[in-house]
Amino acid sequence: MNRFMINWSGYIGLILDGALVTIQLTLMGSALALVMAFLAGLGRLSRFFAVRALATAYIEFFRGTSIFVQLFWAYFVLPFFGISLTPLQAGILALGLNVGAYGAEVVRGAIKSVGREQYEACTALNLGRWQCMRHIILPQALLVMLPTFGNNAIELLKATAVVSLISLTDMTFQAQVVRAQTGNTLVPFTTILVLYFAMACVISWGVRGLERRMARGLDGVRV
Amino acid sequence: MPAPIIKIDSISKSFGSFKVLDGLSMDVMPGEKLALIGPSGSGKTTILRILMTLERIDDGHIQIDGEQLYHVERDGRLLPADERHLTRMRQKIGMVFQLFNLFPHKCVLDNVTLAPMLTKGMPRAAAEKRAMELLDMVGMADKAKAMPAQLSGGQKQRVAIARALALSPKIMLFDEVTSALDPELVEEVLNVMRRLADETDMTMLLVTHEMGFAHDFADRILFFDRGRIVEEGKPDEIFRRPKQERTQAFLKKIIAAGHRV
Repeated sequence: MNRFMINWSGYIGLILDGALVTIQLTLMGSALALVMAFLAGLGRLSRFFAVRALATAYIEFFRGTSIFVQLFWAYFVLPFFGISLTPLQAGILALGLNVGAYGAEVVRGAIKSVGREQYEACTALNLGRWQCMRHIILPQALLVMLPTFGNNAIELLKATAVVSLISLTDMTFQAQVVRAQTGNTLVPFTTILVLYFAMACVISWGVRGLERRMARGLDGVRV
Repeated sequence: MPAPIIKIDSISKSFGSFKVLDGLSMDVMPGEKLALIGPSGSGKTTILRILMTLERIDDGHIQIDGEQLYHVERDGRLLPADERHLTRMRQKIGMVFQLFNLFPHKCVLDNVTLAPMLTKGMPRAAAEKRAMELLDMVGMADKAKAMPAQLSGGQKQRVAIARALALSPKIMLFDEVTSALDPELVEEVLNVMRRLADETDMTMLLVTHEMGFAHDFADRILFFDRGRIVEEGKPDEIFRRPKQERTQAFLKKIIAAGHRV
Protein backbone atom coordinates (compact mmCIF):
# COMPACT_ATOMS: atom_id res chain seq x y z
CA MET A 1 0.00 0.00 0.00
CA ASN A 2 2.92 2.29 0.68
CA ARG A 3 3.59 2.75 -3.00
CA PHE A 4 0.21 4.46 -3.46
CA MET A 5 0.89 6.85 -0.63
CA ILE A 6 3.69 8.62 -2.54
CA ASN A 7 3.22 12.37 -2.63
CA TRP A 8 3.55 12.84 -6.39
CA SER A 9 3.29 16.60 -6.54
CA GLY A 10 6.90 17.11 -5.41
CA TYR A 11 8.18 14.57 -7.90
CA ILE A 12 6.13 16.02 -10.74
CA GLY A 13 7.60 19.40 -9.85
CA LEU A 14 11.04 17.83 -10.23
CA ILE A 15 10.14 16.57 -13.68
CA LEU A 16 8.77 19.97 -14.65
CA ASP A 17 12.08 21.53 -13.58
CA GLY A 18 13.69 19.04 -15.95
CA ALA A 19 11.23 20.01 -18.66
CA LEU A 20 12.49 23.59 -18.46
CA VAL A 21 16.05 22.35 -19.00
CA THR A 22 14.87 20.28 -21.96
CA ILE A 23 13.10 23.29 -23.47
CA GLN A 24 16.16 25.44 -22.90
CA LEU A 25 18.39 22.85 -24.57
CA THR A 26 16.00 22.49 -27.49
CA LEU A 27 15.70 26.22 -28.10
CA MET A 28 19.39 27.02 -27.76
CA GLY A 29 20.47 23.86 -29.56
CA SER A 30 18.08 24.69 -32.42
CA ALA A 31 19.40 28.23 -32.58
CA LEU A 32 22.97 26.97 -32.88
CA ALA A 33 21.87 24.28 -35.36
CA LEU A 34 20.15 26.92 -37.49
CA VAL A 35 23.25 29.11 -37.59
CA MET A 36 25.47 26.12 -38.41
CA ALA A 37 23.02 24.87 -41.04
CA PHE A 38 23.14 28.17 -42.91
CA LEU A 39 26.89 28.63 -42.51
CA ALA A 40 27.72 25.13 -43.71
CA GLY A 41 24.91 24.94 -46.26
CA LEU A 42 25.96 28.20 -47.90
CA GLY A 43 29.59 27.19 -47.42
CA ARG A 44 29.05 24.10 -49.52
CA LEU A 45 27.84 26.29 -52.36
CA SER A 46 30.75 28.69 -52.07
CA ARG A 47 32.94 29.64 -55.01
CA PHE A 48 36.01 28.98 -52.89
CA PHE A 49 37.34 25.48 -52.60
CA ALA A 50 38.65 25.94 -49.05
CA VAL A 51 35.23 27.06 -47.81
CA ARG A 52 33.50 24.16 -49.57
CA ALA A 53 36.04 21.69 -48.14
CA LEU A 54 35.62 23.04 -44.62
CA ALA A 55 31.83 22.90 -44.82
CA THR A 56 31.88 19.39 -46.27
CA ALA A 57 34.29 18.17 -43.60
CA TYR A 58 32.05 19.57 -40.86
CA ILE A 59 28.90 18.05 -42.32
CA GLU A 60 30.38 14.61 -42.96
CA PHE A 61 32.09 14.45 -39.58
CA PHE A 62 29.06 15.40 -37.51
CA ARG A 63 26.66 13.27 -39.51
CA GLY A 64 29.05 10.34 -39.45
CA THR A 65 29.68 10.14 -35.71
CA SER A 66 27.15 9.53 -32.99
CA ILE A 67 25.68 12.36 -30.97
CA PHE A 68 26.48 10.35 -27.87
CA VAL A 69 30.20 10.30 -28.67
CA GLN A 70 30.15 13.96 -29.64
CA LEU A 71 28.56 14.86 -26.33
CA PHE A 72 31.17 12.94 -24.34
CA TRP A 73 33.87 14.59 -26.36
CA ALA A 74 32.47 18.05 -25.70
CA TYR A 75 32.15 17.41 -21.98
CA PHE A 76 34.95 15.01 -21.03
CA VAL A 77 37.64 15.38 -23.71
CA LEU A 78 37.66 19.09 -24.49
CA PRO A 79 38.88 19.92 -20.95
CA PHE A 80 42.14 18.19 -21.88
CA PHE A 81 42.57 20.89 -24.51
CA GLY A 82 41.92 23.56 -21.95
CA ILE A 83 38.26 24.08 -22.85
CA SER A 84 35.96 23.33 -19.95
CA LEU A 85 32.26 23.56 -20.61
CA THR A 86 29.34 23.34 -18.24
CA PRO A 87 27.03 20.39 -18.94
CA LEU A 88 24.50 22.79 -20.48
CA GLN A 89 27.10 24.36 -22.76
CA ALA A 90 28.41 20.96 -23.80
CA GLY A 91 24.87 19.77 -24.46
CA ILE A 92 23.97 22.79 -26.59
CA LEU A 93 27.25 22.53 -28.47
CA ALA A 94 26.91 18.83 -29.28
CA LEU A 95 23.23 19.05 -30.19
CA GLY A 96 23.62 22.22 -32.25
CA LEU A 97 26.62 20.98 -34.19
CA ASN A 98 25.10 17.55 -34.80
CA VAL A 99 21.68 18.71 -35.97
CA GLY A 100 23.26 21.66 -37.79
CA ALA A 101 25.15 19.21 -39.99
CA TYR A 102 21.88 17.64 -41.09
CA GLY A 103 20.32 21.08 -41.50
CA ALA A 104 23.19 22.17 -43.75
CA GLU A 105 22.19 19.59 -46.31
CA VAL A 106 18.60 20.83 -46.08
CA VAL A 107 19.76 24.40 -46.71
CA ARG A 108 21.91 23.33 -49.64
CA GLY A 109 19.16 21.21 -51.19
CA ALA A 110 16.56 23.95 -50.78
CA ILE A 111 18.81 26.58 -52.36
CA LYS A 112 19.50 24.19 -55.24
CA SER A 113 15.78 23.69 -55.72
CA VAL A 114 15.27 27.34 -56.69
CA GLY A 115 15.32 27.43 -60.46
CA ARG A 116 18.18 28.79 -62.54
CA GLU A 117 15.83 31.34 -64.07
CA GLN A 118 15.64 33.18 -60.76
CA TYR A 119 19.42 33.61 -60.75
CA GLU A 120 19.28 34.78 -64.35
CA ALA A 121 16.64 37.36 -63.49
CA CYS A 122 18.99 38.59 -60.75
CA THR A 123 21.87 38.89 -63.20
CA ALA A 124 19.68 40.70 -65.72
CA LEU A 125 18.66 43.13 -62.96
CA ASN A 126 22.30 43.51 -62.01
CA LEU A 127 21.88 42.32 -58.42
CA GLY A 128 25.07 41.21 -56.71
CA ARG A 129 25.58 37.62 -55.64
CA TRP A 130 24.71 38.31 -52.05
CA GLN A 131 21.76 40.59 -52.91
CA CYS A 132 20.39 37.81 -55.11
CA MET A 133 20.86 35.22 -52.38
CA ARG A 134 19.45 37.41 -49.63
CA HIS A 135 16.42 38.89 -51.42
CA ILE A 136 15.50 36.32 -54.05
CA ILE A 137 16.91 32.85 -53.47
CA LEU A 138 16.86 32.44 -49.68
CA PRO A 139 13.27 33.66 -49.15
CA GLN A 140 12.08 31.07 -51.67
CA ALA A 141 14.39 28.37 -50.38
CA LEU A 142 13.30 29.00 -46.79
CA LEU A 143 9.84 27.76 -47.61
CA VAL A 144 11.32 24.53 -48.93
CA MET A 145 13.50 24.15 -45.85
CA LEU A 146 10.79 24.71 -43.26
CA PRO A 147 9.12 21.27 -43.11
CA THR A 148 12.46 19.51 -42.81
CA PHE A 149 13.67 22.05 -40.27
CA GLY A 150 10.58 21.12 -38.25
CA ASN A 151 11.63 17.49 -38.43
CA ASN A 152 15.15 18.36 -37.38
CA ALA A 153 13.91 20.39 -34.43
CA ILE A 154 11.84 17.44 -33.22
CA GLU A 155 14.85 15.16 -33.66
CA LEU A 156 16.86 17.60 -31.62
CA LEU A 157 14.22 17.71 -28.91
CA LYS A 158 14.32 13.95 -28.57
CA ALA A 159 18.11 13.86 -28.71
CA THR A 160 18.27 16.17 -25.69
CA ALA A 161 17.65 13.08 -23.57
CA VAL A 162 21.26 12.01 -24.05
CA VAL A 163 22.49 14.95 -21.99
CA SER A 164 21.23 13.19 -18.90
CA LEU A 165 24.36 11.05 -19.36
CA ILE A 166 26.60 13.99 -18.51
CA SER A 167 24.56 14.70 -15.38
CA LEU A 168 22.51 17.53 -16.86
CA THR A 169 19.18 17.57 -15.04
CA ASP A 170 16.91 17.47 -18.06
CA MET A 171 13.52 15.82 -18.17
CA THR A 172 14.85 12.30 -18.70
CA PHE A 173 17.43 12.69 -15.92
CA GLN A 174 14.73 13.83 -13.49
CA ALA A 175 12.49 10.93 -14.46
CA GLN A 176 15.30 8.57 -13.58
CA VAL A 177 15.78 10.33 -10.25
CA VAL A 178 12.09 9.98 -9.49
CA ARG A 179 12.18 6.34 -10.53
CA ALA A 180 15.16 5.66 -8.26
CA GLN A 181 13.56 7.41 -5.30
CA THR A 182 10.05 5.99 -5.62
CA GLY A 183 10.70 2.68 -7.30
CA ASN A 184 7.91 3.61 -9.69
CA THR A 185 8.63 3.66 -13.43
CA LEU A 186 5.13 4.06 -14.82
CA VAL A 187 4.32 7.52 -13.47
CA PRO A 188 7.56 9.41 -14.21
CA PHE A 189 8.09 7.87 -17.61
CA THR A 190 4.49 8.29 -18.69
CA THR A 191 4.72 11.91 -17.59
CA ILE A 192 7.79 12.62 -19.68
CA LEU A 193 6.36 10.64 -22.59
CA VAL A 194 3.40 12.97 -22.63
CA LEU A 195 5.60 16.03 -22.14
CA TYR A 196 7.97 15.12 -24.99
CA PHE A 197 5.00 14.50 -27.22
CA ALA A 198 3.40 17.81 -26.26
CA MET A 199 6.62 19.68 -27.00
CA ALA A 200 6.98 17.95 -30.36
CA CYS A 201 3.39 18.95 -31.17
CA VAL A 202 4.15 22.58 -30.36
CA ILE A 203 7.11 22.47 -32.77
CA SER A 204 4.97 20.85 -35.49
CA TRP A 205 2.22 23.41 -35.16
CA GLY A 206 4.64 26.27 -35.02
CA VAL A 207 6.41 25.20 -38.17
CA ARG A 208 3.18 24.53 -40.01
CA GLY A 209 1.87 27.96 -39.04
CA LEU A 210 5.06 29.57 -40.26
CA GLU A 211 4.84 27.65 -43.50
CA ARG A 212 1.29 28.83 -44.08
CA ARG A 213 2.30 32.42 -43.42
CA MET A 214 5.24 32.28 -45.76
CA ALA A 215 3.41 30.51 -48.57
CA ARG A 216 0.76 33.22 -48.60
CA GLY A 217 0.29 34.55 -52.12
CA LEU A 218 2.75 32.17 -53.72
CA ASP A 219 0.14 29.86 -55.22
CA GLY A 220 -2.23 32.59 -56.35
CA VAL A 221 -5.10 31.31 -54.23
CA ARG A 222 -4.48 32.72 -50.80
CA VAL A 223 -3.70 36.39 -50.44
CA MET B 1 27.15 58.34 -88.87
CA PRO B 2 27.07 57.49 -85.18
CA ALA B 3 29.11 54.63 -83.75
CA PRO B 4 27.35 51.32 -83.17
CA ILE B 5 26.05 50.81 -79.64
CA ILE B 6 26.71 47.08 -79.90
CA LYS B 7 29.73 45.83 -81.80
CA ILE B 8 30.14 42.07 -81.93
CA ASP B 9 33.46 41.01 -83.34
CA SER B 10 33.92 37.38 -84.42
CA ILE B 11 32.60 35.71 -81.28
CA SER B 12 32.38 31.94 -80.85
CA LYS B 13 30.52 29.91 -78.31
CA SER B 14 30.27 26.16 -77.83
CA PHE B 15 28.14 24.08 -75.51
CA GLY B 16 30.19 20.94 -75.15
CA SER B 17 30.99 19.81 -78.67
CA PHE B 18 28.13 21.81 -80.16
CA LYS B 19 29.31 25.06 -81.68
CA VAL B 20 26.40 27.48 -81.30
CA LEU B 21 28.15 30.59 -82.59
CA ASP B 22 31.03 30.43 -84.99
CA GLY B 23 32.96 33.63 -85.58
CA LEU B 24 29.87 35.82 -85.57
CA SER B 25 30.18 39.55 -86.17
CA MET B 26 27.42 42.14 -86.21
CA ASP B 27 26.78 45.76 -85.32
CA VAL B 28 23.71 47.39 -83.87
CA MET B 29 23.16 51.13 -84.16
CA PRO B 30 21.83 53.25 -81.28
CA GLY B 31 18.03 53.22 -81.25
CA GLU B 32 17.85 50.44 -83.77
CA LYS B 33 15.08 47.84 -83.48
CA LEU B 34 16.49 44.52 -84.52
CA ALA B 35 14.67 41.21 -84.91
CA LEU B 36 16.62 37.96 -84.84
CA ILE B 37 14.81 35.11 -86.53
CA GLY B 38 15.73 31.59 -87.49
CA PRO B 39 15.24 27.94 -86.57
CA SER B 40 15.73 26.87 -82.96
CA GLY B 41 19.32 26.05 -82.15
CA SER B 42 20.53 28.67 -84.60
CA GLY B 43 22.14 30.71 -81.85
CA LYS B 44 19.86 33.74 -81.74
CA THR B 45 18.86 33.34 -78.09
CA THR B 46 22.49 32.64 -77.21
CA ILE B 47 23.45 36.05 -78.56
CA LEU B 48 21.00 37.76 -76.23
CA ARG B 49 22.19 35.65 -73.31
CA ILE B 50 25.80 36.52 -74.07
CA LEU B 51 24.96 40.24 -74.23
CA MET B 52 23.24 39.91 -70.83
CA THR B 53 26.34 38.09 -69.49
CA LEU B 54 24.31 34.95 -68.78
CA GLU B 55 26.71 33.00 -71.00
CA ARG B 56 30.38 33.72 -71.59
CA ILE B 57 32.06 33.76 -74.99
CA ASP B 58 34.86 31.38 -75.88
CA ASP B 59 36.44 33.73 -78.37
CA GLY B 60 36.09 37.20 -79.86
CA HIS B 61 35.15 40.62 -78.50
CA ILE B 62 32.02 42.60 -77.78
CA GLN B 63 31.79 46.34 -77.37
CA ILE B 64 28.80 47.97 -75.75
CA ASP B 65 28.51 51.73 -76.00
CA GLY B 66 32.18 52.02 -76.92
CA GLU B 67 33.44 49.83 -74.07
CA GLN B 68 34.56 46.22 -74.03
CA LEU B 69 31.98 43.97 -72.38
CA TYR B 70 34.08 40.97 -71.46
CA HIS B 71 37.49 42.61 -71.41
CA VAL B 72 39.25 45.47 -69.74
CA GLU B 73 42.10 47.30 -71.34
CA ARG B 74 45.28 47.46 -69.33
CA ASP B 75 48.60 48.63 -70.76
CA GLY B 76 47.24 48.26 -74.27
CA ARG B 77 46.25 44.65 -73.71
CA LEU B 78 42.78 43.21 -73.33
CA LEU B 79 42.36 41.19 -70.16
CA PRO B 80 39.29 39.25 -69.03
CA ALA B 81 36.86 41.51 -67.19
CA ASP B 82 36.16 41.05 -63.49
CA GLU B 83 32.76 41.04 -61.85
CA ARG B 84 32.97 44.75 -61.06
CA HIS B 85 33.40 45.63 -64.70
CA LEU B 86 30.52 43.34 -65.67
CA THR B 87 28.30 44.96 -63.05
CA ARG B 88 29.02 48.36 -64.53
CA MET B 89 28.40 47.15 -68.06
CA ARG B 90 25.13 45.44 -67.16
CA GLN B 91 23.65 48.81 -66.20
CA LYS B 92 23.34 49.52 -69.90
CA ILE B 93 21.38 46.35 -70.67
CA GLY B 94 18.03 44.94 -69.66
CA MET B 95 16.41 41.64 -70.59
CA VAL B 96 12.93 40.17 -70.73
CA PHE B 97 12.68 36.38 -70.64
CA GLN B 98 10.45 33.87 -72.35
CA LEU B 99 9.17 32.58 -68.99
CA PHE B 100 8.98 36.03 -67.33
CA ASN B 101 11.20 35.03 -64.39
CA LEU B 102 9.27 37.23 -61.98
CA PHE B 103 10.09 36.84 -58.31
CA PRO B 104 7.12 34.78 -57.06
CA HIS B 105 7.49 35.82 -53.41
CA LYS B 106 7.27 39.52 -54.15
CA CYS B 107 4.26 41.53 -55.24
CA VAL B 108 4.20 43.25 -58.63
CA LEU B 109 5.34 46.58 -57.22
CA ASP B 110 8.23 45.02 -55.27
CA ASN B 111 9.32 43.11 -58.35
CA VAL B 112 9.75 46.44 -60.10
CA THR B 113 11.26 48.48 -57.26
CA LEU B 114 13.72 45.89 -55.95
CA ALA B 115 16.56 46.36 -58.43
CA PRO B 116 16.53 50.19 -58.54
CA MET B 117 16.59 50.27 -54.73
CA LEU B 118 19.35 47.69 -54.40
CA THR B 119 21.57 48.53 -57.34
CA LYS B 120 21.09 52.29 -57.62
CA GLY B 121 20.34 53.07 -54.01
CA MET B 122 17.09 54.71 -55.06
CA PRO B 123 14.91 55.65 -52.05
CA ARG B 124 11.75 53.57 -51.76
CA ALA B 125 9.40 56.49 -52.44
CA ALA B 126 11.18 57.45 -55.65
CA ALA B 127 11.45 53.84 -56.78
CA GLU B 128 7.73 53.29 -56.18
CA LYS B 129 6.77 56.46 -58.00
CA ARG B 130 8.83 55.41 -61.02
CA ALA B 131 7.53 51.85 -60.79
CA MET B 132 3.93 53.05 -60.81
CA GLU B 133 4.61 55.15 -63.91
CA LEU B 134 6.07 52.11 -65.66
CA LEU B 135 3.28 49.82 -64.47
CA ASP B 136 0.82 52.39 -65.75
CA MET B 137 2.57 52.38 -69.11
CA VAL B 138 2.25 48.60 -69.40
CA GLY B 139 -1.33 48.74 -68.12
CA MET B 140 -0.62 46.98 -64.84
CA ALA B 141 -0.91 49.83 -62.32
CA ASP B 142 -4.10 48.38 -60.82
CA LYS B 143 -2.29 45.11 -60.08
CA ALA B 144 0.61 46.70 -58.21
CA LYS B 145 -0.21 44.82 -55.01
CA ALA B 146 -1.00 41.48 -56.69
CA MET B 147 1.32 38.52 -56.43
CA PRO B 148 2.74 37.11 -59.69
CA ALA B 149 0.83 33.83 -59.22
CA GLN B 150 -2.44 35.75 -59.51
CA LEU B 151 -1.59 37.10 -62.95
CA SER B 152 -2.08 35.71 -66.43
CA GLY B 153 0.96 35.05 -68.60
CA GLY B 154 0.45 38.25 -70.57
CA GLN B 155 0.17 40.28 -67.37
CA LYS B 156 3.30 38.66 -65.97
CA GLN B 157 5.23 39.51 -69.09
CA ARG B 158 4.09 43.11 -68.98
CA VAL B 159 5.28 43.34 -65.38
CA ALA B 160 8.58 41.78 -66.43
CA ILE B 161 8.97 44.48 -69.08
CA ALA B 162 8.27 47.20 -66.52
CA ARG B 163 10.78 45.58 -64.18
CA ALA B 164 13.52 45.65 -66.81
CA LEU B 165 12.67 49.25 -67.77
CA ALA B 166 12.95 50.40 -64.16
CA LEU B 167 16.73 50.32 -64.47
CA SER B 168 16.56 52.59 -67.56
CA PRO B 169 18.81 50.47 -69.76
CA LYS B 170 20.04 51.77 -73.10
CA ILE B 171 19.59 48.36 -74.67
CA MET B 172 16.65 46.01 -74.15
CA LEU B 173 16.79 42.33 -75.04
CA PHE B 174 13.55 40.43 -75.62
CA ASP B 175 13.97 36.67 -75.70
CA GLU B 176 10.91 35.04 -77.26
CA VAL B 177 8.75 37.04 -74.89
CA THR B 178 5.45 35.82 -76.34
CA SER B 179 6.34 32.18 -76.98
CA ALA B 180 5.00 30.94 -73.66
CA LEU B 181 1.73 32.86 -73.90
CA ASP B 182 -1.72 31.68 -74.86
CA PRO B 183 -2.54 33.09 -78.33
CA GLU B 184 -5.14 35.53 -77.03
CA LEU B 185 -2.59 37.06 -74.62
CA VAL B 186 0.14 37.68 -77.18
CA GLU B 187 -1.29 40.92 -78.49
CA GLU B 188 -1.33 42.76 -75.15
CA VAL B 189 2.41 42.17 -74.78
CA LEU B 190 3.17 43.12 -78.36
CA ASN B 191 1.20 46.35 -77.90
CA VAL B 192 3.41 47.31 -74.98
CA MET B 193 6.48 46.66 -77.08
CA ARG B 194 5.12 48.70 -79.97
CA ARG B 195 4.55 51.60 -77.60
CA LEU B 196 8.06 51.21 -76.27
CA ALA B 197 9.48 51.28 -79.77
CA ASP B 198 7.45 54.37 -80.66
CA GLU B 199 8.00 56.37 -77.50
CA THR B 200 11.61 55.65 -76.61
CA ASP B 201 14.91 55.69 -78.42
CA MET B 202 16.07 52.52 -76.68
CA THR B 203 17.99 50.02 -78.73
CA MET B 204 15.91 46.85 -78.87
CA LEU B 205 16.95 43.35 -79.83
CA LEU B 206 14.21 40.85 -80.27
CA VAL B 207 14.31 37.11 -80.74
CA THR B 208 10.92 36.01 -81.96
CA HIS B 209 8.82 33.57 -83.92
CA GLU B 210 6.12 36.20 -84.43
CA MET B 211 7.01 37.04 -88.00
CA GLY B 212 4.19 39.53 -88.44
CA PHE B 213 5.32 41.44 -85.41
CA ALA B 214 8.98 41.28 -86.44
CA HIS B 215 7.99 42.73 -89.81
CA ASP B 216 6.14 45.70 -88.30
CA PHE B 217 8.45 46.30 -85.39
CA ALA B 218 11.97 45.93 -86.66
CA ASP B 219 14.17 48.27 -88.65
CA ARG B 220 16.28 45.32 -89.67
CA ILE B 221 15.88 41.54 -89.66
CA LEU B 222 18.70 39.08 -89.17
CA PHE B 223 18.09 35.53 -90.28
CA PHE B 224 20.23 33.04 -88.37
CA ASP B 225 21.09 29.49 -89.14
CA ARG B 226 23.69 27.31 -87.45
CA GLY B 227 25.36 30.15 -85.60
CA ARG B 228 25.77 32.41 -88.59
CA ILE B 229 23.86 35.28 -90.12
CA VAL B 230 22.60 33.86 -93.38
CA GLU B 231 20.77 36.95 -94.53
CA GLU B 232 19.94 40.39 -93.25
CA GLY B 233 17.98 43.32 -94.49
CA LYS B 234 14.91 45.47 -94.15
CA PRO B 235 11.76 43.54 -93.14
CA ASP B 236 10.24 43.74 -96.61
CA GLU B 237 13.41 42.44 -98.23
CA ILE B 238 13.63 39.46 -95.90
CA PHE B 239 9.96 38.55 -95.77
CA ARG B 240 8.85 39.40 -99.32
CA ARG B 241 12.01 38.83 -101.33
CA PRO B 242 14.35 36.54 -99.42
CA LYS B 243 17.48 35.87 -101.45
CA GLN B 244 18.92 32.89 -99.67
CA GLU B 245 17.48 29.45 -100.10
CA ARG B 246 17.63 28.69 -96.39
CA THR B 247 15.70 31.87 -95.57
CA GLN B 248 13.05 30.93 -98.10
CA ALA B 249 12.78 27.41 -96.72
CA PHE B 250 12.51 28.68 -93.15
CA LEU B 251 9.83 31.24 -93.95
CA LYS B 252 7.86 28.67 -95.90
CA LYS B 253 7.94 26.31 -92.96
CA ILE B 254 6.90 29.04 -90.53
CA ILE B 255 3.97 30.07 -92.72
CA ALA B 256 2.94 26.43 -93.10
CA ALA B 257 2.94 26.20 -89.31
CA GLY B 258 0.28 28.87 -89.22
CA HIS B 259 2.29 31.97 -88.35
CA ARG B 260 1.23 34.99 -90.26
CA VAL B 261 3.73 37.23 -92.03
